[in-house]
Order: sequence, then structure tokens, then C-alpha cells
Amino acid sequence: MSDLTSRILKGDPRSVAKLITIAENNSSELADEMRVIHRHSGKAYVIGITGVMGSGKSTLIYELARAYRKQGKKVGIIAIDPTSPFTGGALLGDRVRMTDLTMDDGVFIRSMGTRGMLGGLASAVYDAVEILDASGKDVVIVETVGVGQAEVDVVKIADTTLVVLVPGLGDSIQTIKAGIMEIADIFVVNKADRPGIEQITAELESLIDISCIGKDRKIPVVKTIAKDNKGVIELVNEIEKHKEYLKKTKVFVAQRKKRYEAELVEIIRKRLMNFIFDESMFKEKVEKLIDQISKKELDPYTAADEILSKIIK
Amino acid sequence: MEKKIRVLIAKPGLDGHDRGAKVVARALRDAGMEVIYTGLHQTAPMIVETAVQEDVDVIGLSLLSGAHMTLFKDVTKLLKEKGMSDVLVLGGGIIPEEDTPALKKAGICGVFGPGTPCEDIVRFIKKNVKK
Repeated sequence: MSDLTSRILKGDPRSVAKLITIAENNSSELADEMRVIHRHSGKAYVIGITGVMGSGKSTLIYELARAYRKQGKKVGIIAIDPTSPFTGGALLGDRVRMTDLTMDDGVFIRSMGTRGMLGGLASAVYDAVEILDASGKDVVIVETVGVGQAEVDVVKIADTTLVVLVPGLGDSIQTIKAGIMEIADIFVVNKADRPGIEQITAELESLIDISCIGKDRKIPVVKTIAKDNKGVIELVNEIEKHKEYLKKTKVFVAQRKKRYEAELVEIIRKRLMNFIFDESMFKEKVEKLIDQISKKELDPYTAADEILSKIIK
Repeated sequence: MEKKIRVLIAKPGLDGHDRGAKVVARALRDAGMEVIYTGLHQTAPMIVETAVQEDVDVIGLSLLSGAHMTLFKDVTKLLKEKGMSDVLVLGGGIIPEEDTPALKKAGICGVFGPGTPCEDIVRFIKKNVKK
């Protein structure tokens, strides 16, 4: 075992932070470290929080973390914000809402940029969850970027997925659309002191009534005012109930398997993309093919076949 | 994958003027860096702890209240104690020119006053960051 990993297993924040950086940069030493980390992870409960931008996800996480700390649990937080597709830069501002947690040594917060991922997560989030888990965190909370309608990848990593909504987002047609409205284990209606709260709650209830027909669990709706710490205890209780449900029905094991499947796919995707687009031998070939495609000498499908035929023997 | 420069932009002390800090954060973002912004009223231990968790390469401190001689030095002192002297520390805000030598001696590698073009800060970071 490397020094870095053994310090992580003892909970050293600096080593945790270093390995997350290694994961984000997909550096060569990552695989060796993660081999050991994987054996020591799997204990932490993972909560995913998603919702539109400005719905209060970060503030809610701050209050959730405080509630878990009162129970004596250690908390890891991964807060994801978008990376610019144009410059590669990112402004990671979720800590602003969580600043009072900084000096609590039972809490570790890491901000991440999406770095090209489109599903609301960052590519290194799977590694980061495992690292925080292995470092002894009891609960790991993953905050997605502020999402639109289709960024649903958080379900692949979370044991419990919270979808945060706010009053006044639109009419009933919004609640029956596909995508984000289908992934909630718990709906949270934040800013519940705002006008429109009755309307959105009623619409959610009727959505749930239809979608839960024939199912053994009804999705709860929790009203919160995160900035005043209202409704947070109810939310923690609902998360606990969902956790009990998962364990009782064995869905938990099936969901975890899905998480590892998603992680495996992501590792393969990253390695393949690096191999094709970053390795020097291929890079030249790829550029030549793109050139040919733009000159109409070749079509993109034939070009793809040509590249893939060199990898798949 | 290319390594990204991670920068923490922090406002130490009781000063509530964060316009400049946000402008710099935005400029660094546009230069392809990952910028972590913490908000106002940070203490030196909070700034250093955030730098640990976020594993940043650069800390930019912004202060307009006049307490830079104390607060900036508190940050570099704590970084040194934690063995994190490889983090590049910059200072910005209303800082009298005569204070700059003492700040540089205390480990604030770059001091940028009002009117500094953002490109200067970007260039300085790219040149001096330890990777």
C-alpha cells in the first residue's frame, strides 16, 4: 500500500484532496491507488442532490451536513459546477453556502468542475466518492450542477436521489415531462415560503399518484426552507426511511451494482478516448481523417470504422 | 488529460467589498483555470483549510480594509506550518506600495493593486505556479 493510500485510510484530508486531484487529472498513478481504495470503500451512504440552478441545493446540503454532524456522522461533500466548454475554466462557488463547515474536521468539501461531462456530474466523481468513503466518511453528498431537464447521471452514483424544486417553475406539463422528474427517490420543494407552493406540491402529488401505481413505495414530497433550517429534520427522516426500504428490498445491492457498472463504463470511456484522441500515433491519423471528412473525401461513419478497426482486432 | 490550475479566491477579514475578487475570479475562469470562490469573512485558518481540501495551486487574497499586513501574513504563516509553501499566494486590493516589500518577504509572491489588468495576473500565475 502506498503512503498516500494509508494516510487516506486514516482520514488525512490533505491526502484525500491529493488523490482526488490525481483522479481529476486522470494521472498515471491513479489506477494503483484506486485498487486499494476500492477494497476499503462501500460503507458510506451516498446521497445525490440535483435540481435547477438557484433552487438551494448548496444551502440544503449545508443544513443536511449539520444534521448528520449532530448525529455524530462524518460527512463528505462533492459539489459540482460546470466547466466552460469554450475555455476549460470553471467558477466553483458552492462553498459560499457552506462556509461554516470549513473548520469542522468531520466534514470534507471538494468542489469539482464537470470537465466535459454532460450528465450533471464530473468524470472523477466515482473515484472521489470512493476516496471519501475509504477515508471514513459515513455519508457522502454529491451535488450536481444546476440542471435543466435531462441531466440524470446522479442516479448512477447515489443510493438516495433528491430532486430539489422550487415554486413557480412552470405549469403542470413540466412535472410530467421525462428526465429529471423520473429520478427522484424524494422530492424536495425548497423555498416553501414562496408563492406557488400549494400548486407545485399538488402537481407533484398527482404525478406521484400516477407514477407509483403498482409500486411498493410512494415517493415522498418534503417541503423545506433551507435558509431557515426548516423541514431539514423531516428530510433526514425520509432519507433514512428510503435507506431502510432499499436494504429491506435488496434494491440496495442492485443499485450499487449499477454504480460500479457506470464506473467501469466511465473508466473504459476515458481510456479509449485518451487512446484515440491523445496518443500521438492516433492523433495524427484522427486529424487526417477529420480533414478528409471536411473535404467530403470521406464520410464520418467510414472514418469511425477505420479508427475502431485498429483497436478491435 | 491536461492538468488544470486550481485557484482559491478568498476574502479574509471583515471587509465586504468583493467586486474586485469576483472580477479576478471571472478573468481566471476565462483563462481556463478552476476558480474556487469562498465568499466573504474568511479567517486565515478557514482559507488554509479550504486550500487543503480543494488542493489548490494558487491562493488569491483580496482585501480592501487595510488589514493586509496582519491577515495576509497569517495565511502564509499557516501554510508554512502545514508544509504547503509550494502554494503560490497573491494579494490584491488597496495595498499601499510601501507595504509590498514586506508582504513579498512574508511569502506573498505577487501584489496587485487597483487598475491591474487581469491579463497581468493570469500571466503571473501561469509563469510562477508550481506544477
